[in-house]
Order: sequence, then structure tokens, then C-alpha cells
Amino acid sequence: MAIDLPLIWAGVLAVAVLLYVLLDGFDLGIGMLFPFAGSDRERDQMMASIAPVWDGNETWLVLGGGGLMIAFPSAYAILMPALYLPVILMLTGLILRGVAFEFRLHGRGRGKPFWTWAFACGSLMAAVAQGFVLGGFIQGIKVADDRFIGRPFDWASPYTLLVALGLVAGYVLLGAGWLIIKTEGPLHERARSWAQTAAVAVGLVLAAVSVATLFVHPEVAARWGVGPHVLEERRLLPLAPIPLMGLVGLMMAFMGARSREAHAHTPMVGAVMAFLSGYIGLGLGFVPYVVPYALTFEQAASSPQALTLMLIGVAILLPFILGYTAWVYWIFRGKAPDAGYH
Amino acid sequence: MHLDAILLARLQFAFTIAWHIIFPSFTIGLASYLAVLEGLWLVTKQDAFDALYRFWIKIFAISFGMGVVSGVVMSYEFGTNWSVFSAKASPAIGPMLGFEVLTAFFLESSFLGVMLFGRKKVGRGLHFLATCIVAFGTVVSAFWILSANSWMQHPVAFMLDARGRFIVTDWMAAIFSPTLPLRFVHMVLAAYLSTALVVGGASAFVLLGRPGQRESRIALRMAIGMVLVVAPLQLLIGDAAGKQVGETQPSKLAAIEAFWDTKAHQAFNVIAWPDRDAQANRFALSVPELGSWITHGRADAVVQGLKPMGRANQPPVAVVFWAFRIMVGLGLLMILQGLVGGVLWLTGKLDGARLYLRFAALMAPAGFVAVIAGWTTAEVGRQPWVIYGWMRTAEAVAPIGAVQVSASLLAFLIVYAVVFSVGALYILRLVAQGPAPPGEAEASSRAPGSPLGAALAEEEPHGD
Repeated sequence: MAIDLPLIWAGVLAVAVLLYVLLDGFDLGIGMLFPFAGSDRERDQMMASIAPVWDGNETWLVLGGGGLMIAFPSAYAILMPALYLPVILMLTGLILRGVAFEFRLHGRGRGKPFWTWAFACGSLMAAVAQGFVLGGFIQGIKVADDRFIGRPFDWASPYTLLVALGLVAGYVLLGAGWLIIKTEGPLHERARSWAQTAAVAVGLVLAAVSVATLFVHPEVAARWGVGPHVLEERRLLPLAPIPLMGLVGLMMAFMGARSREAHAHTPMVGAVMAFLSGYIGLGLGFVPYVVPYALTFEQAASSPQALTLMLIGVAILLPFILGYTAWVYWIFRGKAPDAGYH
Repeated sequence: MHLDAILLARLQFAFTIAWHIIFPSFTIGLASYLAVLEGLWLVTKQDAFDALYRFWIKIFAISFGMGVVSGVVMSYEFGTNWSVFSAKASPAIGPMLGFEVLTAFFLESSFLGVMLFGRKKVGRGLHFLATCIVAFGTVVSAFWILSANSWMQHPVAFMLDARGRFIVTDWMAAIFSPTLPLRFVHMVLAAYLSTALVVGGASAFVLLGRPGQRESRIALRMAIGMVLVVAPLQLLIGDAAGKQVGETQPSKLAAIEAFWDTKAHQAFNVIAWPDRDAQANRFALSVPELGSWITHGRADAVVQGLKPMGRANQPPVAVVFWAFRIMVGLGLLMILQGLVGGVLWLTGKLDGARLYLRFAALMAPAGFVAVIAGWTTAEVGRQPWVIYGWMRTAEAVAPIGAVQVSASLLAFLIVYAVVFSVGALYILRLVAQGPAPPGEAEASSRAPGSPLGAALAEEEPHGD
């Protein structure tokens, strides 16, 4: 049986992007929660809880972008120019927040507050920009002859704004979930209330995005078997567990954050479930397109030679990467120190 | 309008990559230096090595952070600005960049966490291993980038498919393309040299203010030893790489030397004012015969000139000519620095040689300038090609408007100006403080009265 290389690569890339969203999601979320912390000492604690791992988390973004270029170069070549401004916005945000980890430690006088602010704003910029990218992607891109032919602001719409809002809320929920696991004392209490607010916000926005997606895209609506005038149970019912998982996840996040009896990991697990539900749910709307609704992953695939070589590389190296990533998380398990540097 | 977008896209790429290359150059060298320091500390148990490690790791952390964020930009710019190049060339260079992520980036970023924050969480041996892994990762990363770049400079082992994409027919031949070995060694040596100059310059600066400071004396000697060996070696490697350029990229060599006519007995232009409009040097200070001799080892060797290649195939000559001379000039200064330092060291006069210490402090950034000049020679010298002989830069650009590129260029200019000048300030401030004796090492680097400084001062009993 021939190996369907493009299909495998679509899977690899989907997993890489999901891992990115979950991993960098919580540290971006913590960045956005920065202004709401009670004191500078709490902000130090928040940063200390992610400082050893944020760089590894962001590397999944490089694998996401790089993987798209490697496996589906035509898609990369269409999507990047089409989403030019959001991508640049994201990069700018990531620069500001990325350097803030070190700069905040070295800033004196007005330096430290400036980088505190840069960390929060950079995180928000990156999250919003990723929302624009995601929204612009789902919305569809104008393509002719394997080139983007639309306009610079094609991605901008109320729908993408809604998606960006959803992503921001989702990252905040992940960040709060992480803080509940990693911190103690007043910050821990604060994280619990942040998680509850965020869970409600995610629920509302996710519902709004879902409904809006159905209206924006008759195609998606047809796949789910729902529309203004139709309801096809035989399509909807098999898919129903997906939104159900999201609902259960959000309830876990909310209740877990509220109740002290629950395990400290419950809100985080709930948040991950909500993300999985949104991710799979949206994904079902545009599979097998890698540039919705213009280019399928089969059409966009790179040469079999390149895909084969890289697949061998991924098969050998990815288990190691996952292994030592898990090891690093394990080393830094438990409550984060007040400040643990060098 | 179309031309503007190309020019702006090139400016943006040049700006972002020139800033970026400083940090890998520094972190490749510094990671290896840190591994050496930690290894020496573990073996000799001398606190001075530990103090130096604790000092330089702070500077490493700042530099690495700036390298990461400016590097993420690069991986997306291929698509935002050079999408046609990406679509056509990715089947060839995509896997090389992919392997860089898989074999280097994850390794570096994960073990960096252990290196910076794990000292009390893992044992000494394991921590040393983490440092070594980060150092190894930085070199592996350089390998893959040079592999991709060397293939673009001198593409081999490929065919074009129906969609005009570059399909590799032999991966080993494409990854280890003929120009890779020399260029890779050249780059790694450049990184080691740049770092040695920074370490030497910073130590010299401290010694000027605090003569006899123990850690800085050690670090200065380590740096001189490195420069003494590596700077002359770099000249030999660079010369070999230059001769190879003569074979693989005749137009680049002709631009480096400002040769306009194809002929034997080329004169060597020490300095010149090359003018592309006139297709000649407006002014040149030359040594007869030496040009053929330097590039091909014999005076009667015929060396290609730019004129017969046609204007459309010529790189911007003056930029390449001068960038090359800046690189070589600085390289010669580095050799001098190594030799003089070695003599002073041997004769026991190093610590009192204030003039030499000032010179060493001034030379601290010279490595980075040489690296940028060298890459300018390599990258501007291969113009108008992005894949030498096969794809022109003008054909590679993305279908984006000049407005978008200008907006993003402006954003990068502002952000980079703020971020990198502040980063440089923080590094310089650390350098000015110099390494602290063990025990004071942690608290002193914190802002006075900050909770971090206080917390660390409390919980850092030494001899853990």
C-alpha cells in the first residue's frame, strides 16, 4: 500500500499547530493577565512559572510555519502574503514579549515597568494577530494561479475580530489554569477567579463564533447539517460529541476553579478540552483545504522526495523532542519559585 | 510600483537578517565558551570559572532571547516577502530548514531552560550536559542554515519539475553541497572569533578600571589564546573559500576584486571606486599581477571580469568590494591583536599594557562588523540571483504591495531600534560591572531593592 505522504503531513502539521496553541497559549495568556496581577511580586511569580519553558513553547510556532513551508509550499506562499499584516503584527508582538523575559530582570527605574507593559501588550498583540490569522484563514482566501490575488485587508472582518476575541479568552483561560497549578497564596486565588471569568467568556465567544461560522460559510453549515432552515440529524448527531466535549471542558474549568475540593489540574484539563473541541470543530469545517476553499493539501504538497526525507526526520526526531520537552516540564514541576533565575 | 516593493522587501530582509546574524554569531561562540567554563570549573573546582560562568550566562540569556525573537521573524519572512521563492525552492531547501528546527531549535530552547533555571533542580553533571547540548545545538543550527544557503549559492543535484520547482535528486549531494564545508567552518570560526573579541574586550575594559581583577585576567588570557589560534586559521579558511567562489560564482569574485575585464595578469585593487554605470573603476590603487595570483595562485591565470557578463548579471560592485575589504581588514587587525596579546602575555607585561587593553576593548564589536560585512559580501555578491544562475531575486518576491512592505519595515525599524538598543544597554551595563566574586554573583545583577534580587540573595547559599 502506498503511503499517502501529504495526508500524513497534514496530520503532523495539525498536531504541531495544536501543540503550539496549547503550549504557547498558556504563556501568552499569562502575559495578557499581567496587568491584572496584584503586585510586581505576583508578576515576578507569573513570569517565573513560564520562564524555563516559553522558548520551547514558541519553537512549535517555528515548526508550524516551517512545516507549512516544507510540506505545503504553495499554501505557505499563498497564506503568508494574504495574511501579511496579521503575521507581521504577531511577529512584532512576539519580539516585544520575548525579550521582556530577560529585560524585565535587568530594567531599572522606568525600565522594569516598561518591559512589564511590553510583555502584556506584546502577548495581547500576538494573540489577537493569531486570531486574525485564524479568522482570515477560515473565512477563505482569494486565489488564482497559485497566487494570492486579494487585498491587504481582506482578512479584516467582524468575523475575524470575533475569532480573535475567542482566542484571547481561550489563551487567558489556559494561562489562568496554568497559574492555578503553579502558584500558591493570593496569586493562586486570583488565578481561580480569572479562570472562572475566562471560562464564561470562552463559552460565550465560542458559541458566537460557531454560529457566525455557520452563517459566514454555507459550506461549513452543510457539513454540520445545520442552517437557517435545515437540521439534518444524521449529519449533526455523529459530530455532536465535539461541541459537547467543549461544553464539558468549560464546565470543568469553571467548577474546578471555583471549588477547592477539585484537583488543581482540573481547570487546565478543562481548558485543553475546550481548545480541542474548538480546534477539531473548526477543522472539520475546512478539511481537506489547506487554503480554504481554494487549495487542498494534496494540491499544495511539496515533492515526494522532500516529504519522504522530512517524514523520516520527523519520525526519528519528534519522539526525542517530545521526550526531552516532557523531561524539562518534569524538572520544573510543582509550584513555581518566587523567582528562580540561573 | 512593482519595483518599489522588491526594493523594500530586500531592504526589510537585509535589515532583519543583518540584525539577526549578530546574535547567532555571539551565542554560538558564547555557548561553547560557557561549556568550557563549566567544564573547567567541574574539573579544577576553581571558583573563578564558576564566577565567569555566572557572569557570562546572564549576557548569554539576553543575547539568546534577542536571537530567538529576531529568528522567528526570519522563518515567516520567507513567506510574507519571498513567497514565490518559497513555493519553488522549498522542495529543495525546506527540509534543511526543517531539520534545523527539529535537530537544533528544540534542543536549544528546551535545554536553555535547564541551563538558565535548573541549576538547583538538576545535578552538576546534568547541568553541564545541558550547557553542552545548547552549545551543540547552536553549531547544528549553523550547519543547517549554511547547508541551505550554500545550496542557494551553488545549487547542485536537482531538476526542475513541470511547475518550475526545484526537485532534489540526491539529498546527500544537496545537503553537503560542494561549498558547504568551507563556508560552515568559516562561519563557526567567525562566531568563535567574535565571541573571543567580546570576552577579551569586556575583560580588558574591567581590567582598565580594576587592574588585577582575577576573573577578568583569566578571561582575557582565554580570549587571547583563542584569537591567536583562530584568527590566522580564519584567514586560511577564508582564502580557500574565496578561491572556491572563483570557480562557483565568477561574478561574485569579480565584484569582490572589482575586475571588469576578463584577462590574465589581473592587477589587485587594494582600494577602488567601482562604478557600474561606467563599467570601470573610477579610481584604483592597484598592485600589478597580484590579482590573478591571489585568486588563482598564478599570475598568468585568466580571471573573469564583470563586463562580459552583462550589466543585468552583475551584482552591486561597490558594496561587495568594500564589504569584503572591511571584513578582511578587521580580520588582519584581529591577527595583530592575537599576536601582540600573545607576546605581552609571554613576557608577563599583559596586565600593565593599558594601551593594548584599550585596543582590545575597542575591538570588542569588530567580530560582528566583520560577520555582517562577510555576509554582505556573500549575499549582495550573488545578486541578481537568489538561487545562483537559476532564479533571480526579482522573480522571487511575493505579490504584495509597497505600502504593506513599508508599513512592516517601519514597524520592524522601530521595534528593533528599541529592543536591540535596550538589549545592548543591558549587556554593556553588565560588562561594566564585570564578573563578581562567587557569592556576590547573583544579587549584584538585580535592580536594587527588587524582589528578585532580594529573593536570590536570601536563597543562594553557596557550595550547593
